[in-house]
Amino acid sequence: MTKKVATKICIVFLFLSCNIYASVNEEAILSDDYPNTLSEFGFFSDQAKQIPEVDVLSYSLITPLFSDYANKNRFVYVPQGRTAEYQNNDVFKFPIGSVLIKTFSYKKMNVNNSEKQLIETRLLLNKKNGWDAVTYVWNEDQDEAFLNIAGKTILTEYFDESGMPINIRYRVPNKNQCKECHLKNDSLVPIGPKPRNLNRMVHYSDGPMNQLLKWETMNLTAENHEDIPAVADFTNSNESLDKRARAYLDINCGHCHSKTGSANTTGLYLNLNESNKKSIGIFKPPVAAGRGAGNFKYSIVPGNPDQSILLYRMISDEPDIMMPESGRAIAHQEGIDLIREWITAME
Amino acid sequence: MRILIIITFFFSFGVLGDVIIVPPSDNAQERIQEALILANPGDEIHLTSGTYFIEDGLSLDIDNIILSGEGHENTILDFTNQMTGAQGLLITSNKVMLKDFAIINTKGDAIKAIGSDGIYFINLRTEWTGGPKSSNGAYGLYPVQSKDVLIDGCIAIGASDAGIYVGQSENIIVRNSRAEFNVAGIEIENSYYADVYNNIAQHNTGGILVFDLPDLPQQGGHHVRVFNNQILDNDTDNFAPEGNIVGEVPRGTGIIIMANSDVEIFDNDISGNGTMNIAIVSYSYEEAINATDYYPHPRGIQVHDNRLSNSGFNPDMDKEIAAIVKGLAKQTMPDIFWDGVLPLSQMIFGQPNEDRLVLMDNVDSSFMAIKPIQYMLSIPNPVTRDSIDFRGNIKPLDAVKIDLPSRYND
Repeated sequence: MTKKVATKICIVFLFLSCNIYASVNEEAILSDDYPNTLSEFGFFSDQAKQIPEVDVLSYSLITPLFSDYANKNRFVYVPQGRTAEYQNNDVFKFPIGSVLIKTFSYKKMNVNNSEKQLIETRLLLNKKNGWDAVTYVWNEDQDEAFLNIAGKTILTEYFDESGMPINIRYRVPNKNQCKECHLKNDSLVPIGPKPRNLNRMVHYSDGPMNQLLKWETMNLTAENHEDIPAVADFTNSNESLDKRARAYLDINCGHCHSKTGSANTTGLYLNLNESNKKSIGIFKPPVAAGRGAGNFKYSIVPGNPDQSILLYRMISDEPDIMMPESGRAIAHQEGIDLIREWITAME
Repeated sequence: MRILIIITFFFSFGVLGDVIIVPPSDNAQERIQEALILANPGDEIHLTSGTYFIEDGLSLDIDNIILSGEGHENTILDFTNQMTGAQGLLITSNKVMLKDFAIINTKGDAIKAIGSDGIYFINLRTEWTGGPKSSNGAYGLYPVQSKDVLIDGCIAIGASDAGIYVGQSENIIVRNSRAEFNVAGIEIENSYYADVYNNIAQHNTGGILVFDLPDLPQQGGHHVRVFNNQILDNDTDNFAPEGNIVGEVPRGTGIIIMANSDVEIFDNDISGNGTMNIAIVSYSYEEAINATDYYPHPRGIQVHDNRLSNSGFNPDMDKEIAAIVKGLAKQTMPDIFWDGVLPLSQMIFGQPNEDRLVLMDNVDSSFMAIKPIQYMLSIPNPVTRDSIDFRGNIKPLDAVKIDLPSRYND
């Protein structure tokens, strides 16, 4: 091969790779304004089918937040040449320009087993001044999602395991509601992608791989930390009951109910790192709970789930009683069963 | 945005901001919420007269905003059919003035402000219109973890916890307001530097509560002045859901001070409270023993120059404290009651002088304190009724100063 040809190939290759990486619109990510449509960001090669561009990677969590039985497709984008840093017990520290993308959908089982109704795609954009949250709501034709600022009510249905349609009043959160959960101290932060909640095997198109390793080979993250723990999968009965319950409470409650979260006014801390029994709720009286206390004296009464405020608020679907306060309209039976079992087994 | 009428407006005091006018409409929630999100600091969002029917909670997260109506009888945000949201209106930003509107029948709290530096509630009404019910929301006006809190000219009716509740906050003025038919009329909890004056607290279960509770980010509530209030006829049965601390308040209590430090109660008219006019008590949960950095006993309490009358005529025997007081007081219920509970060393050797309860010039008042050691040893009549032992020099607490917005015309 002559030098000339090699150079040409190089240039062509560079050109191609430029094209690949130009697919995501970095300007749109960093702008103070939001594009009107999701497609302007260029995250997907086929947006309606939720097939991401090559530099946008799908990911999943070991134990996810419950959101009214919606399916969630999660994607991460880190700008080329930059990497996210590992932080002990915390979400990766993503570089500016990174985006976390989450599409909420329901299966339309009555039409076709695989067909989904896309509801909304939420974005967390890491801009120069920090993380920003915005959501895009899918249209009826399911070919585009449009910017939504003020929130929206979508009346829809999902199909439970027996195939029964369940009506649901789905709430697209407004910008402020995003912040209610994603606020830590005074800034907006991601909740899900903690290394410990990503540390699992995932089937990629080129075979199974540990998710953290995959992120590393994709150069999304810098160093490999072999000693990263993994949270329990709350559905995996091989894990200990305590680990499963604490993993569930961490992802569903711990972002607000921590010393740095917006529910710290209550003194109830449900994040995984909390070890004080009373702070976790054991024989802890409620504070400013109103009807949420449900005529009970303590958040958790060991051995007695039906006298425990924690479970009472998980079961309820009334706005002033239910927990979490936003993000769900119906109860999560599997979560309720787990927490009931956990409190029952407590001594 | 097409429905919003935007007018650029020069405030008389020279601040340039937009006034965004939102009239009532079929989708009032989205209209108001959109305005609350798209506003710029300095803007005023103005809700015209009429009733706004709202199904989902509202929230504001932009600093330096005025949200105004045209009077609390004219601009009404009606949450009777609320579907989502733990409160009607949530404020999470600083220097926010809310004025001249009403929020009614929210499922949870009416207005909550959290972590707000500069939150001003002016001429608002929060009400559950079906009367006192345990299904009513917990709080009417509810600033928490906030600084520079002003509640002025407001009305709070029917809350199943407190009509006006200030929690874990600092620099607080509650004045010229009326709280009625709530469990607690006005409650100052785990807060520092509060002035509560020129208010009317009537027909609640308890009129005004000054509490400090353990296991919270901010504890050690202190420096609270309660003066020149009318605390009358608090005669509503306690309708709080059980489990809440206010669920223990006896019907017919004027003022309760629990576990706070440096509280000055003066120049109030306190009358018609069937259990007692003033109670000064320790936090009695056994858990307080294990609480860190928490002092469960009231100290530095000064009660003077109040006009007390007509109490104890119908003590609420369902509540433990009322039953204990009645059992000890026999025929004559006291206007002012102190539970006498102190750390053991102080029960034996006495209190530091600056911690002692001081009672001066409370017109026509009767008094009773428990002698706790005698009480625990079951010695008959373990009380003192002699307030002369509690005379002392009044050391007035400083008036509370708060940063008021430049745009606030007092």
